[in-house]
This record gives sequence, structure tokens and C-alpha cells, in this order.
Amino acid sequence: MASFTVVKTEDLAAEQGKGPACVLRGQTSDLGCLTRQDGSVSLSQGDTTSIAVVYGPAEVRINKEQIDQATVEVVYRPKVGLPRPEHRKQERVIRNTFEAAIAASLHPRSAISIIIQETEDMGSNFSCCINSSCLALLDAAVSMNFMVAAVTVALKECGEMVLDPTKRDETEAKSVLSYVFDSVNLQVLTVVSCGKFSRAEYRNGLVLAREAAKSVFQFYRESMSKKLLMSQ
Amino acid sequence: MRETPLSNCEREFILNFIAQQKRLDGRKAYDYRDLRIAFGVSLGCCHVELGKTRVLAQVSCEVGEPKQTRPHDGVLYVNVELSPMACPSFEQGRQSEEGIELSRLMERCLKESRCLDLESLCIVSGEKAWHLRVDIHVLNHEGNILDCASIAAISALAHFRRPDVSVHGEEITIHTLEERNPVPLSLHHMPLLVSFTFFSQGKYMLIDPSSKEEKVMEGKMVVGMNKHRELCTLQVTGQMLLLKEQVLRCSSIALTKVTRITELIHEALENDKQARLKGDKHGFAVLVSGDKVTSNRLPKTEVKVDTLEVSDDMGESQSSEDESGNEPMEEHTEGVPKESAVEILTKGVGMIGEGGASTWLDVPQADTKQLAAKKQKHKVSKMEEDEGSSEEEEKVILK
Repeated sequence: MASFTVVKTEDLAAEQGKGPACVLRGQTSDLGCLTRQDGSVSLSQGDTTSIAVVYGPAEVRINKEQIDQATVEVVYRPKVGLPRPEHRKQERVIRNTFEAAIAASLHPRSAISIIIQETEDMGSNFSCCINSSCLALLDAAVSMNFMVAAVTVALKECGEMVLDPTKRDETEAKSVLSYVFDSVNLQVLTVVSCGKFSRAEYRNGLVLAREAAKSVFQFYRESMSKKLLMSQ
Repeated sequence: MRETPLSNCEREFILNFIAQQKRLDGRKAYDYRDLRIAFGVSLGCCHVELGKTRVLAQVSCEVGEPKQTRPHDGVLYVNVELSPMACPSFEQGRQSEEGIELSRLMERCLKESRCLDLESLCIVSGEKAWHLRVDIHVLNHEGNILDCASIAAISALAHFRRPDVSVHGEEITIHTLEERNPVPLSLHHMPLLVSFTFFSQGKYMLIDPSSKEEKVMEGKMVVGMNKHRELCTLQVTGQMLLLKEQVLRCSSIALTKVTRITELIHEALENDKQARLKGDKHGFAVLVSGDKVTSNRLPKTEVKVDTLEVSDDMGESQSSEDESGNEPMEEHTEGVPKESAVEILTKGVGMIGEGGASTWLDVPQADTKQLAAKKQKHKVSKMEEDEGSSEEEEKVILK
């Protein structure tokens, strides 16, 4: 049995700020919350929070050096215990996503490292990680081809779809789908799925998630413009 | 990544400044930076900010076998990790000398001070006991990680509740949180670490060093103490000698600091308890106010989608083969299912459904027009079978 954290049932049930099924939970961002890094952000989606930091483009370890482009490194740090294979997998998925998003060819022989610390997992943790990393990259002013936004959809047994599910929704759902979109054409970059679902359910989830991704991009825009315009 | 070393000129400046009884951030020698303690939604999750230094501690539990040498006791693990998140010079997966020192001191502070009643964690003697695990994550290194980590760890332990257990004969039941309220750990006292740094052969002493002061210090003394004036740990590192009076003075200063911090921890615990009782919002999400320039807040937003298909139909399963042949990106851009069925309305007029490319009319112009029509959300575009002039075609499409 793995070590587990304890969450009170009323906290799980309260689902702070969560209403009907097709609602994106309230989001907060804090850009530059840490001081030692090139870019840092603490992002919360409802009660799910994560902190992402970015270093780079910086010195690269010689065995990871690529002569034509920057190396993208992702480190995911779980809150409890040491990183396990599932976290390594998540790291890899996030890395593959950001390798497409970051304009790596602008900085050959350098490293861009993203470190994500899970601070509270109350559902839709993967999309929170992706979104916080993207904001951290924006905060570090790393050149990117496009921004990315992730949205998680849970499919319940009865066929109902829950957008941005909480921990309880995720455990009750028959499948959980996370879609990652780019900001230019809102095309799908990555899909992480768990459980069984039909083609129609996949597409319905996609349509819903794409609509939600628009408001996530709008949130990025607001956060960045607030920081850049008002700090002048 | 390597740490940027401190230049000689900066080093001298800081030392001269200390000799003038001044500090870079304007504090007095015995002042702590601002301390902020916050708790997460899950129990035993504590986030401490000491100035800009940030530490996150999480307590978790599992049931396992007790140690053979101590069959009546539960087990407490302390894990301190310095990841590259805190500072670029820390490496992932490899413990530095600093990291080992830190985790040893934390272990001594929490385990060897016996602040936690481990016997109460025993379920069945020699067979089952709770294993507690304290994970300490350093998020930002701006000096004095140690004090910050010790505050975070002890607050997290005080905040934690474990599931209740009942034993009937051979049967052990771990009650879910719905059945029974979780039980707090029995914490006898709260040992806290206070570090003192010394400069110029112990002539000057500072409390709560910043990262730059840590770089120029000669030595460090760590005093672990609780508010009952009981010493739990004492450790001296660095190349310097200390007088007996200095050690005594440090311990009396540590007492005042520890009393103040313990009060703060109790206050924070009480605030969190009240917030939970009232059902107010708590957790980390509330910490971000949205008032600052760097922070932003988006209220919950409803997402409306008008067209959702009900289930798969035959048309789709037929088209599945050619879709799988396509590039996956292509499929996703459409969003709506493709229908490539061609319907003949009247003789000589064909109708092409949305999305399907014309394969029976080899006119490149017509293809582009079709795309344009799609953007204007024309559901159906009609085309005359016999090739007319391009003007004629356009008229038909815009109908």
C-alpha cells in the first residue's frame, strides 16, 4: 500500500466553487511567485494547485546536448513520496507536448528545463500541470511557436460529461480524457486518456474541451497583460 | 546548472556591512523575516514562507509492519528533498552534502526529540502500525531553509489527522472518513530549529541568514528547542570556535524566537480550523488574492456547447477506415464528424456534404471555393455537374 494523504470528506464534497457539470473551476495565477528561477508560476484550478518553474535557455549537460536545438527537460515532483513510473510517464508526455510548443531551434546547445511541483491534487492534475508550465514559460519569456492549454473531461457511467472534474468526479467516472490544444488553430496536441469511451464520446469531449480551452487562453492573456501592462 | 559564485567585492561589502551592524534587507541582527504559514485542503499539508524562502511539507500515512527492534511503535520517515526547483545548483535525484545535512538535522529535530508519540501509532503489536511520512519540498531557496523546513514539518504534523482504526480480535478495520472522524496525532511538544550564523571569528552573529549571508558566513550553530525551554538538538558547523557564553546567549535568544513562532503556528492552526468549521474557503487557491499585478483570478466559467452528437451511427463506422489513414491532426481540426455521402437531388446536380473533398470533379478552383463556403458555415454547397464558368459557380455557392 502506498502512502496516502488524508482529505476530509466535507472538503471533497464541498468542491469549492464547483457548480454544474460544464463549468471550468475558478482559476488563479501568481506569476513570478518564486525568486531564484527564470520563470515561475503558481496556478490553481479550483483546489488543484501546482507550481511550475522554468530555467533557460541555459547551460546543458554534455550528454544531453543537441547541436541543432535546445533540449527540453521536464521534472515532475509528486507531493508524496519519490517519483514513480507513472510520474515518469507524465513527465514524458509533458515533455513531448512542450517540445512541439517551444521554438527550440532558436537556442541550439542549451537546455530549457521545466520543473513542476504538485502542491494539491484535487482532480484534473494533468491539465493544471500543463497550464502552469505554459504560464511559467511565458513568464520566463521563452520563445514559443504557440501556447498550449489543457482541459480535462470526465465521462460518467450514465454518459454525462463533467468538465474540469474534481477528484471525486475522476474516481467515479468511467473514463477521464485530457486534451491539450495549441493556441493558433486550437488543434489537438496531446490526448491522455484513461478508461473506456466510444468515438462519439471522444468527439463530444473534444468539442467541450476546445470550447473551454478558449477561456483558458483568455486567462493566459489577461494574466500576462496585467503583469506587463500594469507594471510599466 | 552551476551556482553563480559571489564576487570578492560583494563578499567584502556584505562583511563590512555586517561589521557596521547592518543587513542588506534592513533587518536587525536578531530579526526573523516575515513568516507566513498556510495550510492546504488535504490534512497535513503546510506551506511556509519565510521572507522569500518557501517550503512545502506534506504528511501522509500507510499501514505497515513496525520495526523488529521496536514492535510497539509506529514509524516516522522524514524526507527532505532539494530539487532544482529551489535553486538551479541543486541537482535532481542526487543528494548534495547540504541536502544530507539538512535531512539529518530534520530527522534529529523530529524523531530524536520524541515530539511524536509513536506508541499511539501502533495497531497490533509487532504486526501492524502506522507509518508516517513527512515529505519536505523546498520550493525557493533564499536562505535559511532549515528553520523554514522545521516550521513547515511541525505545523504539518500538528495539522495532520489519520484515519481511525478499531481492532476486534483478529479483525482490523480502518474506518473511512465518512464513518468516523480522523484522529489527530499526539504531539507532545513542538521542537523548532533556529540557526545562528557567525562572521569574523564569531564576533558578529545573525539570525535567519539570507542566501547571500549564508555564502559569506564562517560557521553556523543550530539550536533545536521547544517553548518549554528544552534543548532538542545542538549542532555547530564551520571553522570557528565559540565561547560558552555565546552558546548560552544563543539558546536564550532561541527560546524567545521559538515561543513566538509556536504562537504563530497555533494561531495559523486555529484560523484554519475556524475556516473549515465555517465552511469558508481555505487551501492554497485562496492565498492568491488577485490584487497584485502579477496575480490574476478568473471566476468559474460556464462552457456552452450547442451541438453534441448522441451516439455513433453507421456512417461514421464506415468512414473510420479512411479517417485512420488520414493524418490524425486532420481529423481533429474538423471537430464535427465527416460525412462523405453524395446525394443526387435532381438530374445533373450533385450535393456534397460538409468536409468531404470533391473526388469526382477534378477542378482545383471548385475545391478552394468549397473551403471558403465551409468557413461561412454553409451547410451544403451545390455545384453544377457540367463545368460552368467560375462566375456561375460562385453564385451557386453563395446561395
